[in-house]
Amino acid sequence: MLTIKNLHATVADKPILNGVSLDVPAGEVHAIMGPNGSGKSTLAYVLAGRPGYASEGGATFDGRDLLAMEPHERAAAGLFLGFQYPVEIPGVSMLQFVREALNTQRRARGEAELSGAEFIKLAREQAKLLGMDAEMLKRPVNVGFSGGEKKRAEMVQMGIMQPKFAVLDETDSGLDIDALKSVGAGINRIMRSPDKGVLLITHYQRLLDYVEPDKVHVLNAGRIVRSGGPELAKELEREGYAEAAA
Amino acid sequence: MTAPFPTRKQEEWRYADLDALRPVWQQFAEPLTLTVGPGESFEKIWLPGDEDVLVRRVQIALEGGAKAQIFVLNAASEYGRTELDVSLAEGADFELFGANIGTGVSTNEIVTNVRHVGEGGRSRQTIRSVLNGKATGSYLGKVEVARGAQKTDAEQSVKAMLLDRGATANCKPELEIFADDVKCAHGASVGELDAMQLFYAESRGLDPASARALLLEGFVMGLWDSAKDADAIGEAAREALRKVVG
Repeated sequence: MLTIKNLHATVADKPILNGVSLDVPAGEVHAIMGPNGSGKSTLAYVLAGRPGYASEGGATFDGRDLLAMEPHERAAAGLFLGFQYPVEIPGVSMLQFVREALNTQRRARGEAELSGAEFIKLAREQAKLLGMDAEMLKRPVNVGFSGGEKKRAEMVQMGIMQPKFAVLDETDSGLDIDALKSVGAGINRIMRSPDKGVLLITHYQRLLDYVEPDKVHVLNAGRIVRSGGPELAKELEREGYAEAAA
Repeated sequence: MTAPFPTRKQEEWRYADLDALRPVWQQFAEPLTLTVGPGESFEKIWLPGDEDVLVRRVQIALEGGAKAQIFVLNAASEYGRTELDVSLAEGADFELFGANIGTGVSTNEIVTNVRHVGEGGRSRQTIRSVLNGKATGSYLGKVEVARGAQKTDAEQSVKAMLLDRGATANCKPELEIFADDVKCAHGASVGELDAMQLFYAESRGLDPASARALLLEGFVMGLWDSAKDADAIGEAAREALRKVVG
């Protein structure tokens, strides 16, 4: 589903990714763990197409050349990036933002747009499933949301958009235990499916207690230095990156 | 007797398009005057018209405890000017929400002189400009606080968004204070669209043009939040923004 081959990326001439190769087949959840500065967020941004990164190497998504696509084309193709720091947009309500984004995606895919009423029903359902007050959807995008509320709101957006593949960048950071449980359940509900895939970027084992990965990869200095099953995450938690990834 | 034709040496006409003004000067030489009686409220929404040149010159006298709210959208294709001279008696309240949306080589400007004459008056001026091409958008706002106008509370917030290198924004908040117990705040900023907001919107599926349009809409639309019926000015602003975003 998502295949990354020898991916290099630099920011302002500084190399961050130094040859990442990875294959996430449909139906699987892969976790990427690694210390600060190992390139985890850069990998997420490069996959989603953030400007400012010079990349080399390959990444294909459902057989299409991902790196040749614009960010909005990647979204329409079914890729979703859950931001580590969701962005605030004053003056634009969450409802308007997500509805316009979803309908632009649907137009690009040749699907019918959702009416206002259909969209509000869908948005309310998803907010409820994630334990978010539906009134928050009327507020400007992420403005005045706490760190945890922003992460929940990202998952609500993911539930509304029903992507094929999600790259979730530290979706667990800033969450208390209850929020972690409901976000974990949300990821399973929305993305655990034979035709979907997830790349879960995290520092810690704790989210993986709720979303069990099929594979765990350790990223260090811009390379994948170890891969294994779910037990690898527990080993990392016990022994630290320095030991386990050495 | 007709007032003399203005010159650019006069501060309040410094950025004006005097060539565009000349043919129509006769009809605007004398400002309109209106008085809002003690304790009364006044609301006015000024929309752009079909004219290439649209000038409004209005003097408003707010008597004790009177309240006025003005909403104005300047979006003339050649020259738009909204000029307000407002005097506030004791306890009067004045709010101005204005936008300059300009394209091509147009000049749009909002020029105010808000005079706090009585004690305890409150004024709020919020101006947003969106300009492309070689358009000019200006705000020249003078706040005068007379000797006896203690406890005056005045604020000016001016922000401009330049979409092209050739566009010009002039922001000039000015304070003249002769009382010693007052609160007068002003802030001005000129900028471009935020790259991270754009990427966030695009990663959710909005194409670059739609993402820009949505962010600009957010920048401007908050101005009309407190209008009783913002439909017409909201729609006019959207239409003006569509021309600017192209």
